[in-house]
Amino acid sequence: MSGFLILDTDDAKDLKHLTLAAESAGFHGLVFPAGEGLDPVQRAAFAGPQTHAIALIPEVDTVYTEPFHVATQLATLDYASRGRGGWLVVASDDARAAAAVGRPAADERRRRLEAAASVEANRRLWDSWEDDAVIKDVASGRYLDADRLHYADFRADFGDGEGYSVKGPSIIPRPPQGQLPVLAPSALVSLDGPLWPEEVDAVLVSASSVDVLRAELGRLREAYGFRQDGGPALVAELSVALDARGLPASTTDTALGGDGARFTGSAEALAGVVAHLLELADGVRLRASSLVTELPELAAVTLPLLRERGVLRPLRAGNTFRDILGLGRPANRHTLTAGARA
Amino acid sequence: MTYSSSDFRPSGRIQFGVFFQGVNSGTVWKIPEAGSQTDFESFRRLAQTAERGLFAAFFLGEGLRLREHLGRVHELDVAGRPDAQTMLAALAGVTEKIGLVATQNTTYNDAADLARRLASLDRLSGGRAAWNIVTTDNAWTGENFRRGGYLDHAERYTHAEAFVQLAKELWRGGVAGSAASPQQRPVLFQAGDSPEGRDFAARQADVIFSAHPKLEAARAFRADLIDRTVAAGRHPNELLIFPASEFILAPTDAEAREKKEWLRSLQIGPQQAIAFLEQFWGRSLAEYDPDGPLPEIDPVVEETSETRGSGFHGAKARQLADQWRAEAKDKGQSIRQFVAGQSARRDASFVGSYQAVADHLAEYARDGVVDGFNISPWLIPTGLDEVVNHLVPALQERGVYPTEYRGGTLREHLGLGVPAEVG
Repeated sequence: MSGFLILDTDDAKDLKHLTLAAESAGFHGLVFPAGEGLDPVQRAAFAGPQTHAIALIPEVDTVYTEPFHVATQLATLDYASRGRGGWLVVASDDARAAAAVGRPAADERRRRLEAAASVEANRRLWDSWEDDAVIKDVASGRYLDADRLHYADFRADFGDGEGYSVKGPSIIPRPPQGQLPVLAPSALVSLDGPLWPEEVDAVLVSASSVDVLRAELGRLREAYGFRQDGGPALVAELSVALDARGLPASTTDTALGGDGARFTGSAEALAGVVAHLLELADGVRLRASSLVTELPELAAVTLPLLRERGVLRPLRAGNTFRDILGLGRPANRHTLTAGARA
Repeated sequence: MTYSSSDFRPSGRIQFGVFFQGVNSGTVWKIPEAGSQTDFESFRRLAQTAERGLFAAFFLGEGLRLREHLGRVHELDVAGRPDAQTMLAALAGVTEKIGLVATQNTTYNDAADLARRLASLDRLSGGRAAWNIVTTDNAWTGENFRRGGYLDHAERYTHAEAFVQLAKELWRGGVAGSAASPQQRPVLFQAGDSPEGRDFAARQADVIFSAHPKLEAARAFRADLIDRTVAAGRHPNELLIFPASEFILAPTDAEAREKKEWLRSLQIGPQQAIAFLEQFWGRSLAEYDPDGPLPEIDPVVEETSETRGSGFHGAKARQLADQWRAEAKDKGQSIRQFVAGQSARRDASFVGSYQAVADHLAEYARDGVVDGFNISPWLIPTGLDEVVNHLVPALQERGVYPTEYRGGTLREHLGLGVPAEVG
């Protein structure tokens, strides 16, 4: 099966232009990273009505946020983009974020627990309205059917008396996709929990070099199972610095940061590397240091080459993010229960 | 510098805002024209209509818990609303001028996080964001949040004021690049009506979203707010007043009155009438005939609960029941007639022909009774069409309504200067 490409847009100078350019280049998704600048969910929502095919994926923290607010925000993004919202799960290690909410900084164990708890709370809230809960029954005077609304009754227990609960139901009806696709970095996902691979829709895989990345993709595929067997999609993370405007890419460019696999060279050569990765991964997330210079190269050279090779999934106006990932619209857990009762 | 009440100057004009409520019994859903409360197209349509009518602002409420009735999710009213700031960010991309106001709670948000997100919306929209500050204190709402419900009622405004001051400090310091906002910081709205709420607004807010639209009540409210604003050391024109309101318009007065009857019958059907009383009686009254007299039995609760929203919270149930039974008996009213009258008394309706309502509103403008009206449309998404197509031109002919946007920011639309703490 062919793969998908996700672009990272840390560059918020001209959000509208960048979003449209990424969509017309043929990227399947756009990640809005958390950071010092504009709020990622707001940037994604702003892009929603401007675009028609590309998935919009904000990074949202799970440690210092309220799951009730996060679930409402992400569901609203899904409405504003007609089913193209996604969630890249973050477990913040930012001491300032902790101080801002009057909590001590979470350690590694706690951050993994918080991430798993928030994912589960969000998923329960998204299912708290059955799809047909708004009945508008004039005869009985009922706008809603209370039997099709459900408490989330979520409880997180982090040990030592720490934890929280969320009652529900959500304040917003079930999002258009039913459940937004949830993406998580592999560091937060484990076969030993607390966030199991089957609880997320895609795992982001990073490694120190392209070779190590390929080895890691192979290992995780074996551990987590193929897509057809219920395993999550695997997304390879690759930083790129491209030759552009007649100048070679700077090999000393530090703007990318991090220690992940990176590619430096021509847009043509990048197509070869990406195609190679897509033999093992379902998708690739490309992080570019400057989209203003690199997006035109990607659009004019790399993506057309990949399409020629037939390794990219088709995109169409009106598709949902779940469509792009090859996921059907999930049944609501409560509707399933009602069906089983009947 | 100190100011006196006589420094107040009527602006000679009024403006409009629109409040997409998302939950209430006033929004009609029983007719085919009633659209979705959550689809993006409903929001786009209403915001773009408002912008065509040169509205100053588009408001969204904040939902923190789905309303309940006698222990179950309340079924009879429209419900289900988006996250305010996320929806406004999406609308920022499909509108150009209109202000974008997010209602946000000081109890269930963190000051630093909220200040950052509001600054983000302000920058994303080119200086059009505002925050409608509300407070809540009940443990029932708190069940949806990790912090729970932890505030004493009396501490609400102390907490809110510290919260707002911290937000102002963060904005002044340039959190999330708010220094780059063309309007310095988001405009602040406040909706509390208690004496504490009014003083809080007089000290901290730019606009008060009031509950007093009727002419004489609005005059008294203005006079009160002028005194409080001056007492807080501010110029009395620095705090604007936008009361909540509903408009029922038609070509003639007679048609408008007819329309009101039709609208009320949709808003208060037999089930809604019974449910209204159940809220105060605290028990099911399903066995009572909505076209018969008020129940002779007494309420089973002392005070009404918060679960149907703040408007119902804390009324003295038995006292009210006695009073209402006497009143309905005097007037020979059925349950349904009585409840319709109750809601009408509290509501904020302007009913009449386009020309008659325009004449009436011109009086508000001339005397500076209010600075504008925050309109709750009773139909989504077409509920502003008549206001924009007929009332706005009639007001413009009278010279009391803007004929263009003054600038690009909400602060400019409202004629507000640079915030005191910035300038």
